[in-house]
Amino acid sequence: MNIIDIRNIFKIYEIGDVKVHALNDVSLRIDKNEYVAIMGPSGSGKSTLMNLLGCLDTPTSGVYNFTGENVGEMDDNDLAEIRNREIGFIFQTFNLLARSDALHNVELPLIYAGVSASERKERARKALIDVGLEDRVYHKPNELSGGQRQRVAVARALVTRPSIILADEPTGNLDSKTGREIMALFNEIHGQGNTVIVVTHEEDIARHAMRVVRLLDGKIEIDEPVTNRIVPEPVA
Amino acid sequence: MKTIRNMAAFMFELREGLIIALKAVAANKMRSALTTVGIVIGVTAVVLMSTAIKGIDNAFEGGISSLGADVLYIAKWEWFSDKPWWEMRRRDDITMDEYRRFASLVTLPAATAPYIIARETVKYEDNNIGSALVTGTTERYLATTNFEFAQGRFFTAVESSSSRYVAVLGSTVAENLFPRGDALGKEVKIGGHRFRVVGVLEEQGSFLLGDFNPDQRLFIPIGVSFKHFSSRRHSSITITVKAASPELVDETREEALGAMRKVRGLKYDDENDFGINQQDALMETYNSTVGVIQIGGYFITGLSLFVGAIGIMNIMFVSVRERTREIGVRKAIGAKRRTILAQFLLESSVICVMGGLIGLGLAVILSLFVDQVLPTSVQLDAAILAIVISAATGVAAGVAPAYAAAKLDPVDALRYE
Repeated sequence: MNIIDIRNIFKIYEIGDVKVHALNDVSLRIDKNEYVAIMGPSGSGKSTLMNLLGCLDTPTSGVYNFTGENVGEMDDNDLAEIRNREIGFIFQTFNLLARSDALHNVELPLIYAGVSASERKERARKALIDVGLEDRVYHKPNELSGGQRQRVAVARALVTRPSIILADEPTGNLDSKTGREIMALFNEIHGQGNTVIVVTHEEDIARHAMRVVRLLDGKIEIDEPVTNRIVPEPVA
Repeated sequence: MKTIRNMAAFMFELREGLIIALKAVAANKMRSALTTVGIVIGVTAVVLMSTAIKGIDNAFEGGISSLGADVLYIAKWEWFSDKPWWEMRRRDDITMDEYRRFASLVTLPAATAPYIIARETVKYEDNNIGSALVTGTTERYLATTNFEFAQGRFFTAVESSSSRYVAVLGSTVAENLFPRGDALGKEVKIGGHRFRVVGVLEEQGSFLLGDFNPDQRLFIPIGVSFKHFSSRRHSSITITVKAASPELVDETREEALGAMRKVRGLKYDDENDFGINQQDALMETYNSTVGVIQIGGYFITGLSLFVGAIGIMNIMFVSVRERTREIGVRKAIGAKRRTILAQFLLESSVICVMGGLIGLGLAVILSLFVDQVLPTSVQLDAAILAIVISAATGVAAGVAPAYAAAKLDPVDALRYE
């Protein structure tokens, strides 16, 4: 079954009198437990596509079925619920709450899901252990390294057990060694049966995925399996 | 079932929102503290204002009840009337003779008494009061009042009818002349004449009433007053009439009116040439005056709260702007519009309620000073008012910024630098 089923989607921005076709007749299907990289130069529409996939935005026209539900017809509240339940975001700049410790950051989506305090503390702690941060639970973001911050973000994305993990340039703010560690973590997450979508402009990052979708000028140019895949060493 | 679930969800969001709000306030301690100052001042002002007004009210009511709700004052003058004063001045004085005839005609009153007032200097050794209100009356006057005695007694019928030089002092008068409290039996000089003190009244505590306040008056036999202290300005007596019970005031008033018209020999279509006064009239005038002061006071204090609210609103806008990315993140991971709205409303309410509590504490301390001039204290209702007002201010000041936060587009908010 397709988790994501996009058909003939257009996203048009009007800047003054000029209409910009950020997405121009895009169709895309992604199955459960796929590992997809979305690539493209800046201005290709990959950020717009990511926002649509992540239910942060709705298309101007076209149909987006997400786990069988038509996202295009949803209002703000429904979208917020879908994001909360089904999507785990990972951002280039981590986007952690600076004044909250790792545990509270990971707890946050569970608060919005209405999970009781004791249950969410337990789940958040477990998610942090899963990403290898068992001894950083009460550290605040400024007491953590870049890689550790991104691990907190990964834990936050995973804690609600979402249908897809959506990562936007997840290694963009990390050095290459830490970047490789994070990609190894993604490989692990995918291996556990998760659906992972990574938006990137780096060829090396994209080669970690099993399938790559290349965008240019708002259209899908190439959609192919990755042949020379990089399989990272699991981090000890 | 559904409402119960909704209630539970609401309580959950409220609790979580409150925790988030408290964290946000704690994270910006200095700013939060400075922001509350406006509310602190506003709430302090409102609480002090309502406390002071209550104090004035209590004092006045206490004072006026010492006049007695069931006492009528028949006089040449009407206390509050549309009649021009020069017309009332042309009226005949009320004389002792008229009083006696009046007293023989009425049957309803519990007591009646004539009195006449004068202003005289009162001295004892080096202590003196420049212009004390000297009331000349008879022994019957006591029955028209609620007086209690700190020392001694009122003067007797014999002392009154034989015009002895004896005096009963109000508590303030006694304190001023005899700071050591040893007035009884001493001789004071009233307008240059020697009087022996036979009694000192218990404090009535009705400072607002001025001339009416028994604490500031002296009482002497009316015959002596006529002999020494009668002038053209103060030559008309007042008759005080105490009704047998508060329910009988109206009937007593009717009877007194008829009796007095008879004494004056008025025909049925003649206007009254005297006034029958009651504390009601005083109360009405007081209420309308204090009403104006109240409105003015609440307006000014309300203004300071308003200024405080604007300050909060301003800071909340800054805070929303600063935390645009945070709002974006919260929305991306599932916060709904109303969750964000509630978060910022709660935050501004928390700041305001903190300010309110500080303001309340400050008002309680300041009221101790006010208490020196005006017997008063912060009442529970004023305290509740303070908290309610500050919470309401917080919500009012937070609405616009919170709405701005709630309607932020998550994509734009996440991109915000």
